[in-house]
Amino acid sequence: MMSAQESEAKDQRSAVRRRRFRAARFDWASFLGTGATGLATLLIIAILAIILGNVVVNGLPQLTWRLVSTGTASDMFDVHKAGIFPMIFGTTARVILMTIFVLPAGVLTAIYLTEYARMNSPFTRVIRGAVNNLAGVPSIVFGLFGAGFFVRFIGKGLDSALYPARAATVWGQPALLWASATLAVMTLPVVIVATEEALRAIPQGLREASLALGATKLETILKIVLPQATPGIMTGAILAISRAAGEVAPILFTGAAYYMADLPKLLHDQFMDLGYHVFILSTQSPNVDKTRPLLYATVLVLLCLTFLLNIVAIFVRANMRRKMRMLQ
Amino acid sequence: MNAERPASMPKVSVPAPARAGGASAAELIELQGLSLYYGATRALKNISFNIREKLVTAFIGPSGCGKSTLLRCLNRMNDLIDGVRIEGAVKIAAQDINSPEVDVIELRKRVGMVFQKSNPFPKSIYENVAYGLRLQGVRNRSELDAVVEGSLRQAALWDEVKDRLHTSGLGLSGGQQQRLCIARAIAIKPEIILMDEPASALDPIATSRIEELILDLKKEYTIVIVTHNMQQAARISDQTAFFYLGELIEYDTTSKLFTNPAKKQTEDYVTGRFG
Repeated sequence: MMSAQESEAKDQRSAVRRRRFRAARFDWASFLGTGATGLATLLIIAILAIILGNVVVNGLPQLTWRLVSTGTASDMFDVHKAGIFPMIFGTTARVILMTIFVLPAGVLTAIYLTEYARMNSPFTRVIRGAVNNLAGVPSIVFGLFGAGFFVRFIGKGLDSALYPARAATVWGQPALLWASATLAVMTLPVVIVATEEALRAIPQGLREASLALGATKLETILKIVLPQATPGIMTGAILAISRAAGEVAPILFTGAAYYMADLPKLLHDQFMDLGYHVFILSTQSPNVDKTRPLLYATVLVLLCLTFLLNIVAIFVRANMRRKMRMLQ
Repeated sequence: MNAERPASMPKVSVPAPARAGGASAAELIELQGLSLYYGATRALKNISFNIREKLVTAFIGPSGCGKSTLLRCLNRMNDLIDGVRIEGAVKIAAQDINSPEVDVIELRKRVGMVFQKSNPFPKSIYENVAYGLRLQGVRNRSELDAVVEGSLRQAALWDEVKDRLHTSGLGLSGGQQQRLCIARAIAIKPEIILMDEPASALDPIATSRIEELILDLKKEYTIVIVTHNMQQAARISDQTAFFYLGELIEYDTTSKLFTNPAKKQTEDYVTGRFG
């Protein structure tokens, strides 16, 4: 039996406890936390909206079929005369070529690192470190590397090997091929890391099952591991394309031309590039007012092209996933 | 892909003297002083015994006793693990399988394996079973069809999947998946089938189907099975080997080992006093 005193004390305690459920004072920490993170997010969205809005509002009215389908006939700075088809062509070509270069190189490297190399040997660790460092190199450095290695070393070497008699410069100059190769080197880490992750996600049991049936390691990789990893590899390709499409610095010294009368026909031709053209339009124009609408339209096309190249890659990946899901 | 691999491991029939025992089955696998090291750790200690043809031999023992490691020595799956070193000999049909002239690919064609976790390929049921044959370069559709049907029938799965051979193997239930893995293993006609706790992830009904299947397969194949389940070992095996901390404690006929073990340690384990 509880005495009256005891039950009174208990009432008081529970009253105190009950009161504590109501916040004694305003929770500034929570308010600031929510506010700061929310504001930061809002800021990012706002900046993105301003950029896109500005480009679309000012660029869309200038966007004509003539603009995107013709070359820079008479005045490349005049919105009523200039066309940017050669730049669209050049950027598309260099991105596609880059993808063709970077995918095999990156995928093979990742296969070596996950399937062949010992997991944690010093050698593997050095390679991984190098790959990660490659990802941190500024893109202008890749441009200089491309100029030194691809154009001067490989290109000039090819020239002296192929045409020793005449002092011709065919390969030893900036070209579509070298710009694409430079971009491939720049995007290599992205593809390697994405592929490695895809390969590591495949259960070891599948490899063992294949080997236990008398498959060689190569057969296991080709028939079991790689088909499973293709969507992950495509993710790597998508990231590489996103990064490369808008880059200008790596192609400055390796292939992009200020002006060309014709489209590039061969791998050793130079090319005009959308990103570089944006730079040219914004810095070299003799008549800023005439060029500004053209600049907006060009930027809009560059954004759309990057987006489009991504969409294509995403579509390819979705297609692969659907095929795989049919088997799951 | 590789129709003709160097058959450096000829199909040797078991030497005649071994068969001389009359009623008792011939000895197919001989383990001679086998030790295995993971780096500096010795996981198997000087193991010697012989496994007989067309019997079910069970490896039992508490977790970490080395029974799965030993099983993986029989088709050299331990080759895949860095830092594994082996001493002593594993002979199959009198041939040391670790000798340099043995082609591990040929070995694994003759010593099939079923894993603890069922691991069908993300391919159709048909392609799962046909995988091993396709590796050997078989292209002929009717030959593939025949082997796929035969293997699925032998694995007691045919009736359940015959109408959906071209749907994914991953769409099957756990027990069906494991029987698919058995069908996949027997499709390439091995002589020995290694099973690493094949029913440990299955419910009792699926387990009993696998056990029936094992008893049926024993007519044609030599089966070595690792199991945690002592009733299972008692039900399906002819011979049982008991391991503890990397050592072979006792090896005998299953009935003897379970009813009248020679060692106190074995008795304690099979009666459930430890482990």
